[in-house]
Amino acid sequence: MTRTPRRTTTVGLALVATAALALTACGSDDPLSAGDGGDGGDTIVIGSQDYYSNEIIAEAYAQALEAADIKVERDFRIGQREGYLPDIESGSIDLFPEYTGPLLQVWKPDTTARLADDVYSELEEAAEEKGLEVLDQSPATDQDSYVVTREFAEKYGLETIEDLSKVTEKLTFGANSEAESRPNGPKGLKESYGVDVAFTPIEDSGGPLTVKALKDGSIQLAIIYTADPSIKKNDLVTLEDTKGLFLASHVVPVASDDLSDEAEGIVNKVSAAMSPEDLVDLDARSVDEELPAATIAKDWLEKEGLL
Amino acid sequence: MNLFADALSWITDGSHWGGPGGIDHRIVQHLLVTFAAVAVAAVLALPLGILIGHTGRGRLVVVALAGAVRAVPTLGLLTLLGLALGIGLQAPLLALVALAFPSLLAGAYAGVESADRGAVDAARAVGMSEWQLVTRVEVPLGAEVILGGIRAATLQVVATATLAAYISDTGLGRYLFSGLKSRQYDEMLAGALLVAVLALVLDLTLAALQRASRPTTGKVLS
Amino acid sequence: MSWLEANRDYVLDMLVQHVRLSVPAIVISVVVAIVLGRVAWRWPRVGTVVLGTASLLYSVPALPLLIVIPVLLGIPLRSGLTLVVALAVYGTALLAGTAADAFRSVDGRVREAAEAMGYSRAGLFWKVDLPLAVPVLLSGVRVITVSTVSLVTIGALVGIPSLGNLLTDGFQRDIRAEIVTGVVGTMLLAVVLDVLLVVLGRLATPWRVATPTGGAR
Repeated sequence: MTRTPRRTTTVGLALVATAALALTACGSDDPLSAGDGGDGGDTIVIGSQDYYSNEIIAEAYAQALEAADIKVERDFRIGQREGYLPDIESGSIDLFPEYTGPLLQVWKPDTTARLADDVYSELEEAAEEKGLEVLDQSPATDQDSYVVTREFAEKYGLETIEDLSKVTEKLTFGANSEAESRPNGPKGLKESYGVDVAFTPIEDSGGPLTVKALKDGSIQLAIIYTADPSIKKNDLVTLEDTKGLFLASHVVPVASDDLSDEAEGIVNKVSAAMSPEDLVDLDARSVDEELPAATIAKDWLEKEGLL
Repeated sequence: MNLFADALSWITDGSHWGGPGGIDHRIVQHLLVTFAAVAVAAVLALPLGILIGHTGRGRLVVVALAGAVRAVPTLGLLTLLGLALGIGLQAPLLALVALAFPSLLAGAYAGVESADRGAVDAARAVGMSEWQLVTRVEVPLGAEVILGGIRAATLQVVATATLAAYISDTGLGRYLFSGLKSRQYDEMLAGALLVAVLALVLDLTLAALQRASRPTTGKVLS
Repeated sequence: MSWLEANRDYVLDMLVQHVRLSVPAIVISVVVAIVLGRVAWRWPRVGTVVLGTASLLYSVPALPLLIVIPVLLGIPLRSGLTLVVALAVYGTALLAGTAADAFRSVDGRVREAAEAMGYSRAGLFWKVDLPLAVPVLLSGVRVITVSTVSLVTIGALVGIPSLGNLLTDGFQRDIRAEIVTGVVGTMLLAVVLDVLLVVLGRLATPWRVATPTGGAR
């Protein structure tokens, strides 16, 4: 048993393995899969959530910047907040459309701010501590809200969340699983409004499955984003949050602090132009007309005279 | 590894046991979903696989079909079924049945085919009917391989049953999703460890069954 | 179909990503599994431990594995490398046992003959054992190829783009055509790679004339 021949075998296999790894390395050179996009230079890396509405906003930033001859790189649909946040915090993504309330809850879980301006100013501080900055918040909002079906609301005369105490049947509440531990979940309902609910997780962020569950009666109460066109389409009723269970949640761009003033100005203009109704309309085009985000964003920017 | 220590202390924390959302309760749910999915898939796949193995007919078609089913991303199947059937257990159960099907089928026909042809011919020569041939010769001789299929399917299902929590309040997957979404990595990792341990226990049990089923004179097949 | 036409470039883009994630994972799995299978075949005692560990790894659910790998290796969660490593772990776990079986399936008399003809250990491995192990090995490689291609889709849950994005996006927007495109695209890719493997297998084993397809024998 000499050593050399077996080593040849090992070396051969190692070569193939190296080749395979090299292939992988090529793979992650691509902007779409890059986790380490430390590109330097003037290119602005824009990210977006794996959420169609968020992608449209990111696309609007991108096209508005491109119209001013600023180079951008799209790193879109990169998952949910728990996945991409480290990349924003580390500065490998320069610009990202976020939402004031939910982002503040991640950075300051025990915040008591509820109103839009309070949330925004606390968020500004929190971002600064992370070496980031938040640009102007947009009038457009997309926030969690409690909804019930029209039929259910009429049966018990529901207008506010408080009215839920009038319901005599068992209430099952459906939302993403994080709602179970968050202040706006079953615990918050009990503490602020004295309402008891059972909880079932539906991990689609108030999407079609949640709506279906509401309509077929598997759940009676759900969290759906206010900008979701399905609220209007399915004639759902949003219950008024009289005791401030939910944080105000405006669209807000999070940026690394080396973003140029020119770029900031452009993004702020986009934010200012977007009304809450605009956002619902943009989402509706995405869901109903099934158009790609780039088309929807382009049409809107043209309408607003931003291109 | 700090994270692992945290996960272990999460598991051993007495307050996470007992009650409707407790670890013990979730383990039982997880096992029930797994058994139900494998059982339903077995009722469909095993007779079909044995039939194919016995007759040698339809093998190509069914093998191609099973390969195609294997290629279906479970996440896609789950979302499509979820949209069609709504929340609850039906959609994840169906998706898991589809997941278990190919391994069970492959085990069944490979098992029957692996039965020693000499023994089969001898049995036929002594006048056994086709039914007796299957039940007394081919299946017992192929039992180890057939059980291998059940073992592979169970392992896949028990790990993937975590996805049931995507659209229902069921199983250990709940710890994964809620841990992931609220960045409680100790909870998430605890869920993963529990699933892995569960899988390991099931796998060892089935491996023991498989060994016990080995025909005394049989050769080793996998 | 209109959805597909309007989004052709996006779908193609995701398909390319999907290939770039799955192919390296498959190649790494095959190489590592051959090494482990060889070890298990050569030293059965070590083999029991190695193969046992492999099947244990296989039982870890995929989603947490994607979170744990970056922690262990210090790479970013969203890096394609994270997913490739996770898939390679599964692929290897599934294939190592088959690889050991594949080496066991080689007729000992052939090996003895080759040794008698003066093959070195390396020559024995590359020219005799490995080629003769190909048929059994191939059946395992085909299985992990298909399962790897389908598993890549879960990367979409943590932000690693692939055809899986069509599943999550189609789900959110309730566009069934998009989900179906994602599912069918994934299956087609698996089928294409599978056919490629069968062809490669034929080329690698020219002495096996008119073999039945299905490979499991």
